Amino acid sequence: MNNSFPSPFEIEGPDGVEGWEELYPYSSSFSEYRKDYEDNRFWFWDSMHWGKALTPWDATFMEAALAALSQMNSRHYRIPPADGVDFRILYGYAFLSPVGVDPSQIEARVPQFMERAGHYFGNWDSLYDNWLNKVKTTIEEIESINFDPLPEMEDLEVITGGSAIGSGATLMSEYNRFKDLIMQAWQFHFEFLNLGYAAYLDFFGFCKEAFPSIPDLGIAKMVAGVEVDLFRPNEELKKLAQKAVDLGVARNFDDPDNVTLDGEGGAQWQAAWDEAKDPWFNFTSGNGFYHFDKIWVENPDIPYTFIRDYIARIEAGEDISRPIDAIREERDRVVSEYRDLLGSDEDREAFDGKLGLARVVFPYVENHNFYIEHWTMSVVWRKLKELGATLEKDGLLASADDLLFIRRDEVNEVLWDYYANWAVNAPTASAAHWGPIIDRRRAIHAKLDGWQAPKALGAPPEVITEPFTIMLWGITSESVNNWLGSDGDAENELTGMAASPGTVEGVARIINSPEEVNDLQQDEILVAPITAPSWAPVFPKIQACVTDIGGMMSHAAIVCREYGVPAVTGTGFGTDKIKTGDRIRVDGSSGKVTIL
Amino acid sequence: MCESCPIVDWEHELPTVRYFTATKVDAEMTEHIVWFDRYEPAHKPFVGGKNASLGEMMMAELPVPPGFAVTTVAYDQIWQDAQLVTQVNDLLRAIDHDDHAGNRVISDQIRTLIEAAPIPPEVADDVRQAYAALCTHCGIDDVPVAVRSSATAEDMPDASFAGQQDTFLWIVGADAVLENLRKCWSSIFTDRAIAYRHSMGYLHQSIAMSVGIQKMIDPISSGVAFTLNPTNGDRSQVAIDASWGLGEAVVSGEVTPDNFLVDKVLREVIERKISDKGVEYCLTDDGVVEKLEVTGARRKRPAVTDDDLTAIAILARRAEKHYGCPQDVEWALDKHLPPGENVVMLQSRPETVWSQKPKTPITTDGYDPMKSIVSTLMTPLNNKTD
Repeated sequence: MNNSFPSPFEIEGPDGVEGWEELYPYSSSFSEYRKDYEDNRFWFWDSMHWGKALTPWDATFMEAALAALSQMNSRHYRIPPADGVDFRILYGYAFLSPVGVDPSQIEARVPQFMERAGHYFGNWDSLYDNWLNKVKTTIEEIESINFDPLPEMEDLEVITGGSAIGSGATLMSEYNRFKDLIMQAWQFHFEFLNLGYAAYLDFFGFCKEAFPSIPDLGIAKMVAGVEVDLFRPNEELKKLAQKAVDLGVARNFDDPDNVTLDGEGGAQWQAAWDEAKDPWFNFTSGNGFYHFDKIWVENPDIPYTFIRDYIARIEAGEDISRPIDAIREERDRVVSEYRDLLGSDEDREAFDGKLGLARVVFPYVENHNFYIEHWTMSVVWRKLKELGATLEKDGLLASADDLLFIRRDEVNEVLWDYYANWAVNAPTASAAHWGPIIDRRRAIHAKLDGWQAPKALGAPPEVITEPFTIMLWGITSESVNNWLGSDGDAENELTGMAASPGTVEGVARIINSPEEVNDLQQDEILVAPITAPSWAPVFPKIQACVTDIGGMMSHAAIVCREYGVPAVTGTGFGTDKIKTGDRIRVDGSSGKVTIL
Repeated sequence: MCESCPIVDWEHELPTVRYFTATKVDAEMTEHIVWFDRYEPAHKPFVGGKNASLGEMMMAELPVPPGFAVTTVAYDQIWQDAQLVTQVNDLLRAIDHDDHAGNRVISDQIRTLIEAAPIPPEVADDVRQAYAALCTHCGIDDVPVAVRSSATAEDMPDASFAGQQDTFLWIVGADAVLENLRKCWSSIFTDRAIAYRHSMGYLHQSIAMSVGIQKMIDPISSGVAFTLNPTNGDRSQVAIDASWGLGEAVVSGEVTPDNFLVDKVLREVIERKISDKGVEYCLTDDGVVEKLEVTGARRKRPAVTDDDLTAIAILARRAEKHYGCPQDVEWALDKHLPPGENVVMLQSRPETVWSQKPKTPITTDGYDPMKSIVSTLMTPLNNKTD
């Protein structure tokens, strides 16, 4: 057994990617400048969020997210033992490293944390209402950004209003505003998240102490919300499927690629769709972090396919509605039974308090994902495409999606070229300048994308203590040892988190990307690196779900519990070891997957 | 004759002996029969610990096989026979407590006397009627029953030692029931029981014998359930052992049972260890217990399904709630009952290991949300869990 992962400086990437570093900011690369620091740390590949090689623009969101997460720990709330989570890009893949606080500084941060976090916990509901407003305003502002091509002539109002500021200068400032709003949205993303996890972990730790063998699932069940915005898109699909049946237009969905809605019924259905789509279908097939993620409003064939499947279920006499009352009743039963088993009234008081707080914070933990990853990011990607189209149209770029291969700060140079030569009314240099660079970067990126990144780098710490790493990524001392191969899982066995209970046997299908989701056949077992909430409509179809990465609160875990599908998350190697067509047994109660 | 032994007044005391003081019950007990499902705690002194426990389980709506207790009132009736009293006392007087072999002979003679004495007719009639009613209830003519002694003793911590506990399985027909009833009565005078009472200084007449007559079950599999996790005392789990057939194979250590951990609250199996189960004890058609080899795939197949485990866990939890403390439960899956209703419980008694450990409360200093969160953040999660 090894007791260490390879150094980031020893990793050999794929052939023919010399100069790959130029795709990303130098501050996100491993380098000689910080070699000592970097070499003495433990880094894990965050394949849960960034499973594919990043383009320069995709990298923006990884960097924005990690910086914002870190800043809330370190500078806002002063989480006593945890500073940020450091991030690097190695051959296109995101590697993260939790940064602890110097032990001598921890004590001094306690009162700071109590005051700051205390304010948030004490005013959670009003702050959360305010948060929703801020996020919606931010989304509106991003929507309002104007990336139209520069006009042949300024509007007369520019003259008569005496503003003097032209469209070229405005475009450059709109672009900067775009970048600023993206950063702002990611600040909001983490405004409550770390505190939410802290409250959850406090309840979690209490339960583990009271019931040493309580499955994580039991704790999650007590905390999970019943009506969660993250489930709304799927609920809206079900309503639309019912509506299609009621209005007699169910057959129009038989071919989801060619849905035409005519007549009175069609018009009524269309009106219902228009009402639901904003905001609920600003929902991506992936996790929102990648330019290739498909957004439902822009790719209606995806929701239409799900609607078609729901129609089939309704027509077969199935009740597809979510049994809200039963879910709530089951949650109450679980809570009252664990509560009854506690040893003292004082423990019951603590249990009530901690569960109460966890439930106050949890709507945010569950919902932020819809508001930022789905809704905000849908708008962000739309705007970026608009800018690309404008630059293509006016000949700055050979094609709109060339923009993805220009780092966000390099884009300012392109816009300068655009502005200056629009002003002068002279030829631009960008297409010629960036053409070969983009060709090279595209080729490098394609090679990086075909490469298998290592799970982890550097020396693992004795124990993993950073709470968010454990909570969100499901990375514990145990899973790290697993990766090191010390656990000795049998050749045909995988161990992960018991994320959703039940045991089933069935045929596996490996799904590596959202495009493949509709290949799933009835009663197959979904095996994926990670799933997205927008895959929810296929969950009634599958028997079980296995993911490579993800903790108790990963999307796959939440969705599987919701749909009563057994799941094992964070197996590490599920998609490596299992092949499509393999017969496997998934035990979502003990976290074991066996290839039969 | 033994000078120190306090049995010398047996002859004079016996006809008037009162086994239990009247303060323990509300009314004078006269019944020979107490049905398990009509059991009340006031009956306990007259039905003995084992029968009382079955009655108590019925009160808790636990699925105990149906049956009834023949009370100590019935047992008292046999001592109305003055000749029997004299003969038993003569034999008891002849005991030399240092002569084990001789005592076995005397014990056998006493037991033979008791078993040969006619059952008082009013007792016999009541038992026959009750057995007939049990047959009707089960819808089986001459329903096979287990006949078990259920000793009861005043001021004695452990009646099961003070009176030998005999169990006779697969007893069919009223005559056979009566015959075995007498065998249970006579088991008060096994040599071991006599010697035990002597060494403890207990009076022989302080023991009385009730007998349980209970529908025999024919188990597919059987085992025990603890209403906590025996490895760490976690009260939210039920640990279940299961093996094929009757419980004997596990009790005798011939088989390592399958072992499961079921979460009480989630009602899910969270751990399972399936063993190679080489033998099982089964009942033949004649009601003889027979040791059989388990063959083929069945050896390594779980002796219970997940649904069975959930049902057992729910029932064990019900017992625990009823008794108000962790329980150690004996269960079986009856072949003749439909799946879903085939879990029966044979016994439930307090768990002794973890229940006796003082429970350290988690919250000692009052609950302060912020302090608690800080402490959670400061104490690495991994150091907290096992």
